[in-house]
Amino acid sequence: MIREDFKEILRLVRPGSRVLDVGCGEGVLLDLLTREKQVDGRGLEISAAGVAACMSRGLSVVQGDADQDLDHFPDRTFDYAVLSQTLQATRRPRHVLDELLRIADRAVVSFPNFGHWRVRWSLLHRGRMPETEALPLPWWATPNIHLCTLADFLALTEDLGVRIDACAAFAGNGPARQIDPTKAIENWRAESCLFLLSRNPPPAMAEPPAPSGDLFDG
Amino acid sequence: MAELDFAGPVLTEGGTWRFPPHQPLRLDSGAQLENLEIAYRTWGELNADGTNAILICHALTGDQHVAGTHPISGKPGWWTRLVGPGRPIDPAKHFIICSNVVGGCMGSTGPASINPATGKAYGLTFPVITIADMVRGQAMLVEALGVDTLLAVVGGSMGGMQVQQWAADYPDKLFSAVIVASASRHSAQNIAFHEVGRQAIMADPDWKAGAYAEGKSRPEKGLAVARMAAHITYLSEPALQRKFGRELQRDGLSWGFDADFQVESYLRHQGASFVDRFDANSYLYITRAMDYFDLAAAHGGVLAQAFAGARHVRFCVLSFTSDWLYPTAENRHIVRALTAAGCRAAFVEIESDKGHDAFLLDEPVMDAALQGFLGSVERERGLSR
Repeated sequence: MIREDFKEILRLVRPGSRVLDVGCGEGVLLDLLTREKQVDGRGLEISAAGVAACMSRGLSVVQGDADQDLDHFPDRTFDYAVLSQTLQATRRPRHVLDELLRIADRAVVSFPNFGHWRVRWSLLHRGRMPETEALPLPWWATPNIHLCTLADFLALTEDLGVRIDACAAFAGNGPARQIDPTKAIENWRAESCLFLLSRNPPPAMAEPPAPSGDLFDG
Repeated sequence: MAELDFAGPVLTEGGTWRFPPHQPLRLDSGAQLENLEIAYRTWGELNADGTNAILICHALTGDQHVAGTHPISGKPGWWTRLVGPGRPIDPAKHFIICSNVVGGCMGSTGPASINPATGKAYGLTFPVITIADMVRGQAMLVEALGVDTLLAVVGGSMGGMQVQQWAADYPDKLFSAVIVASASRHSAQNIAFHEVGRQAIMADPDWKAGAYAEGKSRPEKGLAVARMAAHITYLSEPALQRKFGRELQRDGLSWGFDADFQVESYLRHQGASFVDRFDANSYLYITRAMDYFDLAAAHGGVLAQAFAGARHVRFCVLSFTSDWLYPTAENRHIVRALTAAGCRAAFVEIESDKGHDAFLLDEPVMDAALQGFLGSVERERGLSR
């Protein structure tokens, strides 16, 4: 049984590409990508047990964390950097996102949407921190320290000059639904969302890397 | 044991390989070693494609007897956990090579060997050697054994330094590399502990400025003290405490300087048994080689540069939480350099309270990690059925 967000990532990633999975756990996604898409996959994982499991699958995974260890990768080492349900648990999400798009041409980022109606309902009606399918743990046990809504994330991508190439929403165990993330209703409906991001303009058309928006910078 | 000619690479279970005449080993110091001999052992057979050879590099006081039974101590080889039938490195699948380092004392040319120019033991006239010199000798041996590319080169501690040196100097001869509990350079503390050991040897009157070979006695006391000091660095404080605590050898204190405490008795035993199998001058030379090791220094001070030619090599780096001799930070430093160089690296820090020695001991997670890594390397190399 393949997770719905993994199915979506499998669909998005081009065969034979170089992929870094940040927070790859026991390597389930990397294994899938290697077998189904023949990618050249690498992983970064914080837990020793996860890395050991990856090694026994034959995956090249380094023990480390997204906050510190992305800095050591050279620019554009990968075609894709995947950060699945991890951004909200990093200490410096903005930096991490920036780094993902430095070391890879495209980033696949998914996170639980704090703007989902159940979350809002829990806060508004019960005055309690939400415990939902996407956010199952109580506030005192959750690793999530930087939760955001879909709208918050959009604002960050704009701020970083990042382009959105695709966006999908998930609710319950249902399949991915392609959405227009700028529509306000999606911020209510999406329990979690997944973005395919690239630098603006996309790297395929811009060699060498494009200058930033500032005329005097670059 | 059989001897090998340069011309005829015969696969035997080992022996002593002699460098071809008039082909000295050129050393980093600028000196040359004539008539070099390298003692080695092999297990298994090289396959028809020549793709299943694994070189194992030994640590400071290790030797070529990585598996099987040690001819002097009668004990099992030093890495039988990992090397042997049904183990991650298996003679049924792999052609396994392990050689005694240049400067060693288990059959390879070292300070205890006879200098052909004088007919006497080298002693301190033996040239100072480096990790790169050791690897240069190994590369010649591997070639003489008919091996073009190594499926893996594997080593812990000083063995891991040799693995890094292989990746820097002979990347095209490597398919994968395993570095366990090692460092890319010796720290001040590493050098300091080695210096204590060397001073202990040199303070022994029987050392005789290294020329003890002609005399009747060897600097056994000094070498034993060197081993005792070093042995503490291979363990961890919690492991020592758990094993010995303040337990006494006998009931009550001796009110003297006998080995009252079990930990004293243990260390004395470690020292005394070590001198039976190790040469004091070899200890000086090999510790020096480790102190001189600084892989980045030879590559513009940038470690990643050392690995620039090894992008096709698959690396596996392992460290242990309680290893304070070559701590995780040093191993992670290697991993970051590999990452920066664009190499494919796997790295995990293994939970253990056994200190640096953990790499030689019962660590199932290490076994599993290595089994998994080598298994995937074999698949990629087209070896697995």
